[in-house]
Amino acid sequence: MSTQARERPSEAGEDAPQPAADVRLEGVRKSFGDVVAVDGVDLEIDQGEFFSLLGPSGSGKTTLLRIIAGFERPDDGTVWLADVDVTNKAPFDRDVNTVFQDYALFPHMSISENVEYGLKVKGVGKQERRSRAEEALQMVRLPGYGKRKPSQLSGGQRQRVALARAIVNRPRVLLLDEPLGALDLKLREEMQIELKRIQQEVGITFVYVTHDQEEALTMSDRLAVFNNGLIEQIAAPADVYERPATEFVAGFVGVSNVLEREGQRFVVRPEKIRILEQGEEPYAGAHVESGQVRDVVYVGMVTRYIVDLEAGGQLTVVRQNLETSSQDVLEARGAQVRLEWRPEQTYEIGERGQMEEDE
Amino acid sequence: MASVTYTQPPPRRSPGRRFAAFLYRHPRVQLSLLLATPLGWLVIAYLGSLAVLFLAAFWRLDPFTADIVKDPGLQNFQTLLDNPVYREITIRTVKIAAAVTITDAILAFPIAYYMARVATPRVRNLLVVLILMPLWSSYLVKVYAWRVILQEDGILNWALGPFGLHGPGFGEIAMWLVFSYLWLPYMILPLYAGLERIPDSLLEASGDLGARAGRTFRTIVLPLALPAVVAGSIFTFSLTLGDFITPNLVSSVQFIGNVVYANVGVANNLPLAAAFATVPVLIMIAYLLLAKRLGAFESL
Ligand SMILES: Nc1ncnc2c1ncn2[C@@H]1O[C@H](COP(=O)(O)OP(=O)(O)O)[C@@H](O)[C@H]1O
Ligand SMILES: [Mg+2]
Repeated sequence: MSTQARERPSEAGEDAPQPAADVRLEGVRKSFGDVVAVDGVDLEIDQGEFFSLLGPSGSGKTTLLRIIAGFERPDDGTVWLADVDVTNKAPFDRDVNTVFQDYALFPHMSISENVEYGLKVKGVGKQERRSRAEEALQMVRLPGYGKRKPSQLSGGQRQRVALARAIVNRPRVLLLDEPLGALDLKLREEMQIELKRIQQEVGITFVYVTHDQEEALTMSDRLAVFNNGLIEQIAAPADVYERPATEFVAGFVGVSNVLEREGQRFVVRPEKIRILEQGEEPYAGAHVESGQVRDVVYVGMVTRYIVDLEAGGQLTVVRQNLETSSQDVLEARGAQVRLEWRPEQTYEIGERGQMEEDE
Repeated sequence: MASVTYTQPPPRRSPGRRFAAFLYRHPRVQLSLLLATPLGWLVIAYLGSLAVLFLAAFWRLDPFTADIVKDPGLQNFQTLLDNPVYREITIRTVKIAAAVTITDAILAFPIAYYMARVATPRVRNLLVVLILMPLWSSYLVKVYAWRVILQEDGILNWALGPFGLHGPGFGEIAMWLVFSYLWLPYMILPLYAGLERIPDSLLEASGDLGARAGRTFRTIVLPLALPAVVAGSIFTFSLTLGDFITPNLVSSVQFIGNVVYANVGVANNLPLAAAFATVPVLIMIAYLLLAKRLGAFESL
């Protein structure tokens, strides 16, 4: 399997022209003084795709997004939007719009003036402007809010206005920089669903920056995992989760359960590990290891056990609290246990960008 | 996980602590103690003197005995309205104050914009120092320096002479030049602070939505900087309105302040001086109301 092996589109011998990608980056590099923010990124995002840039804070996601928007010029490399080289074009000459992390609503304008701004700049007539703005506000579930000022709205509502202001222009690509970062958990989950619905409704390509792995996994068609200005893996959510290409990806997306046995490093996801009952026989062919429970974390629906293995290393095991009470699980601390998992559910990890399945 | 409790020795009950605890339980007392001195100063020294001024404006001077008669009337204001000299002085004062304000706003905007949004921190600090530097020297010295520049055999005429040109000499243009120079820092600093407060993302958002620099400036920067311009203009306008030294030194015409000065000191007509002194106050109130109508304070 080689889903993750990245191919440079610019290599010689390229076969017949493919349908144009909406966004294409080639060898994009950007540094600020000594800090290399983006360190040579190649990326292709398809028309209509919901594409996420996932990575820890400081890994260069925002910088890359700003390069696509035109707020930063790359030191090196090329940016293509729908087969047009826009590397040296100003933001106002690019068919992209941005939803800013701090929303960046104009405080001296009403909500409808904010939403109409892009259309007004492009010279769209007043009648059409009005109806399109109202339609956009409807789409983000804020009909009739046009007369208010941004300061009269809640954080979640401002977020929606920022979205409406961008989407009303029907750009080819919408760029979103942690748009839900400032919202509380419940609102964030609601907005995730809303965003996905809107994206499917309008069919615009979304490039979505987030540091929240769950958000990236639930919303994206594909995602790129960033680390230190480099892409570690580009794949669909399930592939990133189940077949992380590198140790970094394994650790960042999900819990880092990396073991080294006989010179091979591999990942076992915590929910794939079973704790054997006293005297229980393991499955035929299962891999069994014994260890001691070092810590137990009760998180309501499930319990996380952190187990020190006798053969070295440490694993996190997740178990649903089917019949056990918090009392029972907490007593497991310090107990000797045996763990089993199926070898086919482990994934060997190699160097950056490579990966073989452990079969 | 074991829970650890940290124990601290109980605090000692010193009188200071007890007083602090009392204040903590009675926030109003705390606030009163805090504000008593500044509020007292404000009420007695500041508002009190204004009130005396306002009252005095309704007294009058007995023309024969030159004594102040304290029965209230509007005769001082009547004099100011009827006498064309006073009218002319008022109009001249307001006209020059307005010209100075506009000049300073135009001069200050590019400098403040450069400081707030373009300059590196080093250059910015240097500029702040340069702008504040004139404020370190005495007002009088600066105006006298301008006298030296503008006088008949001064530097300006010496420099312009070879080109067959002649400086403005002493008069209204000289006043406008000197006032614009004197009050420029009071316009730059609030404007700089106001421009610095506009988040970069607003300008980027405007560009992102298709606006070029000129449009972004007109529709985003200017409206958001307007309160700062108004703040600066309050300084430049009111400082000019109330001045009497500069008109004295670089012109032969009078400002409201000169009339006030002459009536207090020479003619000893305190009521008329007080009445004329309320005129700039009224003009400022009208100016602020106008600015408010124009929405200058909305995005504060
Ligand atoms: N304007 C800038 N000036 C200097 N350093 C910057 C600037 N923007 C980003 N950086 C640096 O570049 C790196 C990547 O930043 P960023 O793209 O914001 O990461 P992320 O969005 O993934 O958190 C960080 O180390 C950051 O400090
Ligand atoms: Mg960021």
